[in-house]
Parts: sequence; C-alpha cells; structure tokens
Amino acid sequence: MNRSGLTLVGRVAAPLVVGALVLAVWQFLVSVVGVSPYLLPGPAEIGEEWSENSTVIREAFAITGTNAAIGLLAGTIVGVLLAAVASWLGWAEGMVGPIVAGLAVVPIVALAPVLNSMYGADSQYGRRVVAAIAAFVPVYVNSARGLHQTTQLHRDLLHATAANGWQRFRVLTLPSATPFVLTGIRVASSLAVISALVAEYFGGPRGGLGSFISTSAATSAYARAWAYVGAAIVLGLVAYVVTVLVERLVQHRLPTGAAT
Amino acid sequence: MSELTTTSTPAGTGPADGAGSSAAVSARGVTKTFKTRQGVVEALSNVDLEVAAGEFVALLGPSGCGKSTLMRVVADLERPTSGSVEVFGKSPARARRDQDYGIAFQQAGLLPWRTVARNVALPLELHGLSRPERKERVEYLLDLVGLSDFAGHHPDQLSGGMQQRVAIARALAEQPRLLLMDEPFGALDEMTRERMQAELARLSVETGAAVVFVTHSIPEGVFLADRVVVMSPRPGRIVGEVVTGIARDVPRDDALRQDPAFFARVTEVREVLHGSPVSSDGRELR
Amino acid sequence: MTQTQTQAVLDPAPTDATAVAASVDVRVPRLPGVLGWARAVVLAVLGLVALVGVWEGYKALAPEDGVVIGEQRVLPRTTDLAMPHVWDMVQRLGEPTTSMAGADPLWRSVADAALVSLGIAGVSWFVGTTVGLLLAVAMARLRVLEWGLLPWIILSQTIPLIAFAPVVRSWGSRIEIGGWDWPPWLSVAVIASYLAFFPVAVGALRGLQAHSRIHADLFHVYAAGWWSTLRRVRIPSAVPYLLPALRLGAASAVVGTVVAEVSTGYLDGIGRMLVSLAGQASGDPAKAWAPIFGAVALGLVAGGIVTVIGVLLRPYRRGEAR
Repeated sequence: MNRSGLTLVGRVAAPLVVGALVLAVWQFLVSVVGVSPYLLPGPAEIGEEWSENSTVIREAFAITGTNAAIGLLAGTIVGVLLAAVASWLGWAEGMVGPIVAGLAVVPIVALAPVLNSMYGADSQYGRRVVAAIAAFVPVYVNSARGLHQTTQLHRDLLHATAANGWQRFRVLTLPSATPFVLTGIRVASSLAVISALVAEYFGGPRGGLGSFISTSAATSAYARAWAYVGAAIVLGLVAYVVTVLVERLVQHRLPTGAAT
Repeated sequence: MSELTTTSTPAGTGPADGAGSSAAVSARGVTKTFKTRQGVVEALSNVDLEVAAGEFVALLGPSGCGKSTLMRVVADLERPTSGSVEVFGKSPARARRDQDYGIAFQQAGLLPWRTVARNVALPLELHGLSRPERKERVEYLLDLVGLSDFAGHHPDQLSGGMQQRVAIARALAEQPRLLLMDEPFGALDEMTRERMQAELARLSVETGAAVVFVTHSIPEGVFLADRVVVMSPRPGRIVGEVVTGIARDVPRDDALRQDPAFFARVTEVREVLHGSPVSSDGRELR
Repeated sequence: MTQTQTQAVLDPAPTDATAVAASVDVRVPRLPGVLGWARAVVLAVLGLVALVGVWEGYKALAPEDGVVIGEQRVLPRTTDLAMPHVWDMVQRLGEPTTSMAGADPLWRSVADAALVSLGIAGVSWFVGTTVGLLLAVAMARLRVLEWGLLPWIILSQTIPLIAFAPVVRSWGSRIEIGGWDWPPWLSVAVIASYLAFFPVAVGALRGLQAHSRIHADLFHVYAAGWWSTLRRVRIPSAVPYLLPALRLGAASAVVGTVVAEVSTGYLDGIGRMLVSLAGQASGDPAKAWAPIFGAVALGLVAGGIVTVIGVLLRPYRRGEAR
C-alpha cells in the first residue's frame, strides 16, 4: 500500500519535475545567460508571436491537418485492402512484402518535389500522396500481421463446426486482426502528420505549417518559426489523441482480442 | 509443529530427527501474505518445515496451496511476512550468497544464446572459477546427466527432457548440499518424466544433497521422496505428512512403481490430501 | 517520410508487445531452402514489375490532365513532362549530368551526393544509437529516471520533431567554439542523430525489461550483481527488441539527414539535389528521378547494414519465433 502509493506519486511527479526543469533551464538560458534569440528564443517571445499570428497559424494548421488526414485515410484504405489481398493470395504477399520492407527504410519525402510537378505547382495533392504512402506502410505491415493471427486450433474448430467463409471472417479473422489494424493506424497518424509537414519543406504551394516554419527561419524570424513549430506539435498531439479515441471507440463496438 | 499431525504419522519423525542441529531447512511459523486487487491472500499460514541434511522431501498439494511459495521463501526469492527460516543454520539470504543450494524450475530457464556447456558453467563463471576448473566441472556434470555429447548444442536443439537435465546439471554445478526444485518435470510427457524421476533419484543418492521437491503428482512424490509433506490451499498450510519408508538406496525403477507398498503409500498420501480415507485399491496412479 | 516511417515497428505508445515484434520482416510464405529463396526473389521482382506496370498503365490510359474530380486533380497528369517513362528515367542515369563538356554521368553525381548523405546519416545513427543505448541502460538502472524521461520520450514520438530542422539551421552560422566553426554538416547530423535516438532509447529500454522472470530469479539466486545480470541476461535478451529499434533508428537517421539537408540548405548531399533537380524538371523531367533513386538506394543500404548487424547477432536471436 505504502509502496504502491509511493510508486504512483513518483510516476506522476517525476515527468512533471523533468518538464518544469527543462522550462526553467530554457528560461534561465534566455534571460540570465543571455543566449542569442537566434539560437533559442524565450518562451514568452514565442507566445507573443503565437497570439499575433493566431489567424495565420489556424489556417496553416487546417491546411497541413487536412493534407495529413486525407493522406492517412487513403493510406489506411489501400493498406488494409492490400493486406487483405495479400493474406488471401500467398504470391501477392510475396510481391508486396519486399516493396513495403523497402519503403519502410526509404525516405519517402524524396518524392515530394517530383509529385509537386506531377500535380501542378498549386496542388496540395503531392503532399497528400506523400502522407498516404507514409501511412500505408505501418497500416499494411500491421494488418498483414493481424490477418495472420488466427491459430490452427481456432481454424480447426470452425472447420469442425462447418462455418462458411463469411462466418469464419466475422467470428475469427476480424476480431483477431482488428487490434493490429488499429495499432497500425495509430502509428500511421503520427507519420501522416510528419510527412505532410515535411513535404512542405520541399517546395510547392505555400500556406501550411511546414512552409511557414521554413520561410520564417529563412528570414531569421526565429521566434515566429518556433511558434509554428509549437502549432505543429499541437497538430501531432491532436492527431494522436483522435486516433487513440477512435481506437477506443472501435474496440468498444467490435469484438476484438488476439486469438490465443 | 502441532499442525503437522494428522492421520498417518506423527510430526517430525523420519530422518529429520536424527540429523538434529545441521538441518538443511528449518522453517518456523512462516506466514506469507500477498496483496492483490481482490484483497489480501494468505499464501502461507503458520508453516513449520524441517528438512534434514541429505533428506528428500516432496512438497505436495493442489494449485494455490503455497508449495512453490514455501520453496521460494527458502530460496530467498520471497520474504516471509512473519516467521523464521534457516538454511543450514543461516538466513536464506546468507545461504544464497554462500551458494548453499542449487535451484531448478518448471521451465528449464536456459539462456538460449549459450551452449549447453556454457549454460552449465554459468553459476561457476559468476562465482569466479577459473576456466580450466570450469571445464573440468562441466565435463563431470554433463557426464552425470548423460549429455556429454551435447555440450556444444544450443538449448533450442534439445528436447524438453534434455533441457531439464541441463538445468539440473546447472543446479548441481556448485556441489550444493541442498537442491530446491519447483515442479521440474511438470512440463514433460509421462514417459520422459518417469525416466527423469529415476535419474533424479540416482543423482540425489550420488551427491548426498538434501532435496526439496515441489510437485502436484502424488506418485511422483511418493516415488522420489523420503517424506511427502502435504499442503492445502486457502490459506496455504501443511495438513499432514507421510513417511514413505522407501530407503534412499532402494533403486527407483519400474519394480518399485508396481510394488504394493508403493501403492499403499500413494493411497495414504491421497487420504491426507482429501482429509478422509479414500476407498482405493491403489490401482490408479495420478 | 520522416522521423520514423516504421514506427510501425516500434510503436511509439506504450502498447502491446505485438507492435514491437512487428518488425519489417514482412512475412513471406516459407518453402524450404533454395526453392523458397528463388520463389521469394522471383515474387519480389514481379512486385517491382507490377509497380512499373501500374505507372506505365496509368500513364497510357488516363487522360493527359490527370483524374479531376470537381475542381480537384486527384490523380496526377500523365504528360511526359509530369510522368516520364520508367525507361527514360533509367536511361537518363547513364547520360551526362549537364551539357557541359566532361560532365560526370548522372548516376555518378547522384552516387557522390548519396555517399555524402550516407556518411552523415551513418555518423548520426551511431551517435543517436550510442546515446539511446546509454540512456536506456540508465533508465533501466534508475527507476526515477525512467519515470521522469520515458513519458516525454514517448510523447515526443507522436509529435513532428523534425519540424525543428529549419530552426536548427540558425545554429550553424552562429556557433563558434574556440575558433572552431560549426560546420554546416554538423547541423544536419545533430538533427538526424536526434531523430535516430528516440526509437533506440525506447526499444532498448523495452528490451532490457523483457528478460524472463525465471532468469531474473536465477541470477538473484546466484547472488549476481546488477551489472553482471545486465551483461549476461538483460542485454542478450534485449537483442530481438533492439534490432527493429536499430532499423528504425537507421530509417530515421536517413530521413532526418535528407530533410535536414533541405531545410538547412546543405549543398553536398542528396537532399539538396532532390530539390534542385526537381526545379529543372520542366526541361528535363527524367533527371528529377535520379536523386530519388539515390535516396532509395541510401535507405536500402542503411537498412541492409542493420540486417547485417542482425545476422552477426544471430546467436542472440535463437528465441525468436520461427
């Protein structure tokens, strides 16, 4: 009791202390040591820039957020469908698998500049494609794993009870695959945000968070750049929280759980 | 000590009495409680246990009777909530540091990246034996468990029974005077299990070590032990014991398994376990 | 992609071990021996052929102006300018980089740039991995440290850390220590190693905590010390977790390098080449694809190096599911 109480206090207090410490060091560096604002603007300055540019930030947030969301959606659909096909047909899995394994280590953003010229300079779709490919990888990998999760025991059981294909899918494959697919989507959501953001560093239409970060930094408006970075962090957290909530909701509605 | 007495034998008899002060294990009034979400569970309630040097004692009982917990308390893997435990007259922690006992679990628990020989050598290596000494000792131990030909194999290349033999060799590595075994044959098939039992009986005679052997199999306990200590759950306690009367030097072989005296002891243990006489002609094993 | 496209592998959130184990080794149905290998290789090649087929098929069949729904162009234009033929891209690699006399062939320029980036990514990966491993050991040793840092590390994996890249650019020109100038490549390496560090720290910590109960008991019984247990049990048991983390770290280092090169304006690497050749795409569309192939090769080499490390560590992976 005593011990577990202490553990709880430690678990909550320790990260807070670390967070406060970092803030304190930051403020100390800026106001006492006098680190040049080029290197590190103070929290107050950043907050000021944030409130001054709040409208622009909100619009940029929406643009990048939309790109990430569309990318995530497209990548998820393609990933799940392809994983389903691959689990159905062994040779298809053999074809897709190596490409996905390659994609996982390759910098997909490298496609951004070319995609911009494929879609035309004013289109956001190049970035959406980058986000979609990035999201596709974890969704496919996890879904493919999930669809392989049924055990021989369970398959034998359903075979013995003469279940048809649809019943087999509904009773066995779907529940055992769902947690994996959801994990894939959760990972993909962060990746989609990051990709949509970073794709903007590679040129294309202006207006998103990424392009504002790089133009602010290029014009030495560092405090403003940090304010946009802050907005990007918020976007990442929002995406994460939303997918976690969706995950909870689905798990609540659907019978899930890994087959054992 | 009072609790020990039930149907068959008076408490504290058997080889334990003769050995006197140099008892391998001496537990008095040991109580162990765990806190869980459902509340406090009393895994051990006021348990007394005496194991003489060289004695083979089986701790027997259904799941949750605290037999493993009792062994883990002796091994200094758990602290008793109250009561005292001594191993060769020392505290369990001291006995552990002095390597007075060897231990084996239900899972062999071999390090998968080490060869059989290096697994057996592990405790020797940890306690600073020189390489040539280790080599010599490992050769002897592998010979003892009949695995000399497999020294260079990795655990995943061995059957379950062979893995368990490696684990026993490892437990014997430092010539302990006490061997603690937690259902070491529980995961093996019946045929392998019988072979391993015979082998363990031989090893215990050869090494002269005392053994505390946790099991839930009545015939296994009777077959191996000098004394079967019967435990019962909720709360975990000792409800009685049966002295098997099968001398250490009686070969543990198939003849013994068919001996009417063996059946009689099995029945006796079963009666202690159920707390009432069981109408049995001794035919059922397990 | 950025920081970690395969977070798939090392799922950032404290979640089921399944996601951790879900390494990039996508399952290929197994046939024994040479036949299985041949099948895997043939299928992989067929997969690439199919990819090329999709590209060329779309280019041949779709309207020149792409697929437009309402006002939005959902799929790209198919002109030679927007989508060069695959064979043109490959052919372009062999031709000179520029029309100047004595210019290197394009593949050569790309390889040079990719090697520069590989060097930076390699240094970053090494630094990030070292720091990540040390921090994981420290967190495994001191629980308070784990409580204090791990939530932040996990949180930071869900946010776009790479957004910092353009900001770090400012450090390059302004830091000077004792007459030693901060070289531009170091800004790139700082960002990339920062990105490589996170997955390694999380994966290694999880691995260090993954040793089985029975081994912990055994070493307790042997009265072995913490460091001895770390060396003999915890680190070897961490290897199966470490490898996906190292692979992720390598992918992150590569992505971080490419992105940081672009955002810090570093000139010698593949990142800058991607942007500048894309700028010339209106005159020479196939040329823009050359650095993309370079970036792909860069990623595959980095992944391949981790695979080699995995082979070297094979004795410690005996427990892995087969």
